Amino acid sequence: MKQFDELSLLEIVDEVKDGDLIGIPADYSGVPMEFTKELIKKGVKDLKLYCLPLTTIQGDMLIGSGCVSEVEAAAVTLGEFGLAPRFSEAVESGKIIIKDSTCPALHAQLQATEKSVPFMPLRGVIGSDIQKYRKDWQIIENPMKFSGNKNEPILLLPAVQLDILIFHAPCVDKNGNIQIGRRRELATLAHASKNVFVTTERILDIDLFDDELSAATCLPALYIDGISVVKNGAWPCALPGVYGADNDEIKKYSIAAKTQKGFEDYMKNYLYN
Amino acid sequence: MIELKREELLISELADLLVNDKHIAVGAASPIPGAAALLVKEEAKLQNNRLRVTILHSNKYNNFTDGARELFDCAAQGRIDTFFLGGVQIDGEANINLVGTGSYEKIQKRFPGSFGSALMYFVVPQIILFREEHSPRTLVDQVDFISAPGFSDENIFRPGGPKFLLTNRALFKFNKQKKRFCLLKIHNNESLENIIKLTGFKFDIHDKITNMSIPNKTRIDILRNKISYMVSEFYPEFADRIWGV
Repeated sequence: MKQFDELSLLEIVDEVKDGDLIGIPADYSGVPMEFTKELIKKGVKDLKLYCLPLTTIQGDMLIGSGCVSEVEAAAVTLGEFGLAPRFSEAVESGKIIIKDSTCPALHAQLQATEKSVPFMPLRGVIGSDIQKYRKDWQIIENPMKFSGNKNEPILLLPAVQLDILIFHAPCVDKNGNIQIGRRRELATLAHASKNVFVTTERILDIDLFDDELSAATCLPALYIDGISVVKNGAWPCALPGVYGADNDEIKKYSIAAKTQKGFEDYMKNYLYN
Repeated sequence: MIELKREELLISELADLLVNDKHIAVGAASPIPGAAALLVKEEAKLQNNRLRVTILHSNKYNNFTDGARELFDCAAQGRIDTFFLGGVQIDGEANINLVGTGSYEKIQKRFPGSFGSALMYFVVPQIILFREEHSPRTLVDQVDFISAPGFSDENIFRPGGPKFLLTNRALFKFNKQKKRFCLLKIHNNESLENIIKLTGFKFDIHDKITNMSIPNKTRIDILRNKISYMVSEFYPEFADRIWGV
């Protein structure tokens, strides 16, 4: 019996519901751009993006297409190509809610869910305006007698469970184990998500667990609800170790998306050509 | 005399601040700090010294295998000596703002966000603030939003914090006791009067301010012939613009 469900890309897209809290991988961990294209075509609404810890063109396109109501992130940016224009405009005009965070807090909230504990403490952050505006965060005095410092204020972050996660991976083995390599934040995201779907460049006819070297690079199939083979599924973002980012295309987007009109023209071409 | 680009001068100036480090980490959107860290690593190699550099946005120059959280865990463990932070605004008490201008609820101009600054600023012993644009809109009296504060109360765990601020016109040192910057060096084409005019906050002036140091030929050669290609792996646009590689 096949050890995993092989789905079509549209079947994965259908798993995303309006209002879902969706996990968004950073530009270095396998951005599922082909999936994002189909999601935008479907016209999904009110998504809440949980970025670990940032998003680039994927988040900006979803926001510009009106699919998003809320973003929790440490940054939304086009990196070397400047600000994420649709994100900046949406925040300035009050179209979306931004829950400003910082990278380690976004990791820690998911780590709490990984461990199935209600919260996770984190150092730093206290005294910043990030902390000031996050009403869901709390500060307590360190309650431990023999660890940490006495009277030390410490920040507590709530556990966050995602509704759904989709990312793009270089390859999957015949049993549905996903090669994520050193991008271990994908494991954190998957552990903390109710449903996990993966698009991948290819399915290999081997078992990655047969070799200690490759076993350590896997996200085990037990966390995965479905897999779809999508060639060049991260384009124009990079798929580390497989292909680089298409910087010309991202630059083209960064210029076009400066206005809503330019964005719409770009998207027409991007989605349907 | 070799003609130097301003970026090369800044890379060299940053490199001088890194010579005693064992592990330097470089975060997002930081081609100049990244080049400086790799430069110091190459120079250390020539002296038979070991120096580790972790460039977050590089696969090749990266020591981490435990995902994006490892940078923060590693820093909190005290295993990173220097990290770089920037800011849309930086104020005279070294508070940094990476979020935007205007009041937070009615933000005027939105920037990417705080990244990992709210932890890194607390735990890395030497934070170098780096912001190329030196103007009254970037160096302000008071930031509009504190992504990470320049200093903290005594009972807060804070082994780290700001040590220097480098812009394309000047180098300042931060005095933790006085909560105030002190001007150390200015760019060769700058006057003290102009620096005062272009800085939005009050600062002290060192008794002997000097010009930024000109890198020697060996350093320039390493930078242009070796580091430039390394940088092109993770900041292709920058490497192309500065060195045409």
